[in-house]
Amino acid sequence: MRWYVVAIYVFLYLPIALIVVFSFNAGRYAMDWQGFSTEWYFKAFANPFAMKALRTSLVVALWTAVLATMLGTLAALGLERMQGWPRRAFDALIYVAIMVPGVVIGIATLIAFVTVFDAVNPFLAGLFGDAAPQLAMGLPTIIGAHVLFNLAVVILIVRARFAGLDRSLIEASEDLYATPFGTFRQVVLPMIFPAILASFLLSFTFSFEDFIIAFFVSGPDSTLPIYIFSSIRRGITPEVNAIGTVVLAASLSLLVIAQFLLRDRNARRPAPDKAA
Amino acid sequence: MPASSLANGPSAPARDGRGPILAFRRVSKFFGEIGAARDISLEVRPGEFLSFLGPSGCGKTTALRMIAGFEQPTGGDVFLDGERVNDIPAHRRPVNMVFQSYALFPHLNVARNVAYGLLQRSPRPSRVEIDRRVGAVLDLVRLGGFGHRRIWEMSGGQQQRVALARALVNEPKVLLLDEPLAALDRKLRRDMQVELQNLQRRIGITFILVTHDQEEALSMSDRVCIMREGRIVQIGSPTDLYDRPASRYVAGFVGKSNFLEGTIVTASPECAEVKLASGVRIAAARFGEAMRLAPGDRVTVAVRPEQVLLMRQRDALPADIAVGCESHVLNRIFLGEHTEYVLRSDALGEFAALAPRQSERAEKPFQPGEIVTAGFRAEAALVLGSD
Ligand SMILES: Nc1ncnc2c1ncn2[C@@H]1O[C@H](COP(=O)(O)OP(=O)(O)OP(=O)(O)O)[C@@H](O)[C@H]1O
Ligand SMILES: [Mg+2]
Repeated sequence: MRWYVVAIYVFLYLPIALIVVFSFNAGRYAMDWQGFSTEWYFKAFANPFAMKALRTSLVVALWTAVLATMLGTLAALGLERMQGWPRRAFDALIYVAIMVPGVVIGIATLIAFVTVFDAVNPFLAGLFGDAAPQLAMGLPTIIGAHVLFNLAVVILIVRARFAGLDRSLIEASEDLYATPFGTFRQVVLPMIFPAILASFLLSFTFSFEDFIIAFFVSGPDSTLPIYIFSSIRRGITPEVNAIGTVVLAASLSLLVIAQFLLRDRNARRPAPDKAA
Repeated sequence: MPASSLANGPSAPARDGRGPILAFRRVSKFFGEIGAARDISLEVRPGEFLSFLGPSGCGKTTALRMIAGFEQPTGGDVFLDGERVNDIPAHRRPVNMVFQSYALFPHLNVARNVAYGLLQRSPRPSRVEIDRRVGAVLDLVRLGGFGHRRIWEMSGGQQQRVALARALVNEPKVLLLDEPLAALDRKLRRDMQVELQNLQRRIGITFILVTHDQEEALSMSDRVCIMREGRIVQIGSPTDLYDRPASRYVAGFVGKSNFLEGTIVTASPECAEVKLASGVRIAAARFGEAMRLAPGDRVTVAVRPEQVLLMRQRDALPADIAVGCESHVLNRIFLGEHTEYVLRSDALGEFAALAPRQSERAEKPFQPGEIVTAGFRAEAALVLGSD
């Protein structure tokens, strides 16, 4: 490798490596190595604020993954049957949703939520009086915004798999008397299931580690990334490093599993011996 | 020809179980401008083995897919066992298909693949009944004991038999086979052809086979449909097609032929005298009652290479020979059982002759440069319309 390639990798991964290393620091200050210790991990897991943020993040990520995967899978199957300009229009919109920066999605969804709430809340107040429920920022708004951008990811992944599905398998199923739903359940679903599982894991990860969008629409609830952000304003402690390392390890494992699921499955099998 | 008059019979197919198991009534299929099927009429008897034979893109697969229900005809009607099935979706048609790619379900093992069709039935047969039938059909295709195998653990020939078993277990009224042997090597293909044919005789299910391999079609089928650009150009038994091709296209597609251009001198219903381009006159047989010939009509005369006799001495040729002419041997091609000679004569131009191995043993093979006498009988020369 050329030296500048090495330099780029060092520049990219050294900070991450430092976080992992210093999360095992026995000392009080982040960058002042005092010896090996896992005490900050215990501290972090005993910290009620960190744990509440972790729980919030897990709930948000789980709901996001479930909703985005369900809706995205259905959308992917539907889009695959569409033809002509409506399909091209949807394709374009899907790519836009992926390419738009998180800040823009954050601001846009924030404005959208606020506008809707401002319109709906007085109406609810008129309907129910003082006991009226108030729509406000919170978990549902984070989940909503996260589903929005993860939907596009799920659609792309599932649709790629579905498009790669051998059409003759579907015809073979029909030929063997399976109803359209029977074919979906017994052939299409099992064949695209790895992609569905992978997109579930990816949207879980993307939602779990998202800071920017959650920052705009979270309201009083803070997710783990927001908690980390607010705590480093009080100085970077080994505790923050420990939390970061846990998040990193969890995200990486999920990404690796997802990547494994999306692998070309035929690569794992010996090619059928045609000549035999 | 009885076969073709049956195929074009105008009456509606009977529903008494003795009528045709499958019928096309003036079926057409257009993909935009492309006519994949043009006005096809056809009847298939129960238990028959019928092949669609034709070059790539002539519409064989399309015809098969219209029977299976994957394509809807743009015109005409398809009947299965006397019932019009145009509007019946694929999953409710009592036919099964063996796909060219086999289309086995990779997420199911061999037994589950074979059981797939039975599991869709309502009421669903009992577990025991399904196991029994799957086991029986796997034995039939000589894959007993392979039920637990994964699909990708099977060889190409074994996969082909799984696909066959998966279709046969449902006891379809018609079994459709789309070039099922194309992926196999030559030797295995030969074995499977024999096996398929024996199987069909034994179980008596109607087979419809699509192939572009003429040898396959001729050796396996009761009748062969020769197709061209979406039309059936001739339908008949393999010997019919070989001995009495209706057109130059069929004569060229089924086996090899030498084609000689000429004009009619005299024509009677059974034979004709044709003046070739070289001025030589030959006697020729004629087939196809529909073909009206008058003196002066341009025709093609087809002669099979194996019907051309080659002799060193002119007087060794049989007395009833239609034409005999001095020819130069240009080339000798050794083919194992046969030897093919390429010759040129003033009377016939360049032509091919096929000599069986035995005659070569008795006589020394002809060498390039040698001059021999070539001839053929009148009944070996067929007058064909020039399409
Ligand atoms: N779904 C389709 N859309 C458009 N054109 C099609 C479609 N299916 C077939 N065709 C056209 O119809 C014609 C006949 O196709 P078909 O597949 O029936 O040919 P075939 O005889 O089976 O050829 P091969 O031996 O190559 O399999 C071809 O010109 C093909 O391009
Ligand atoms: Mg085909």
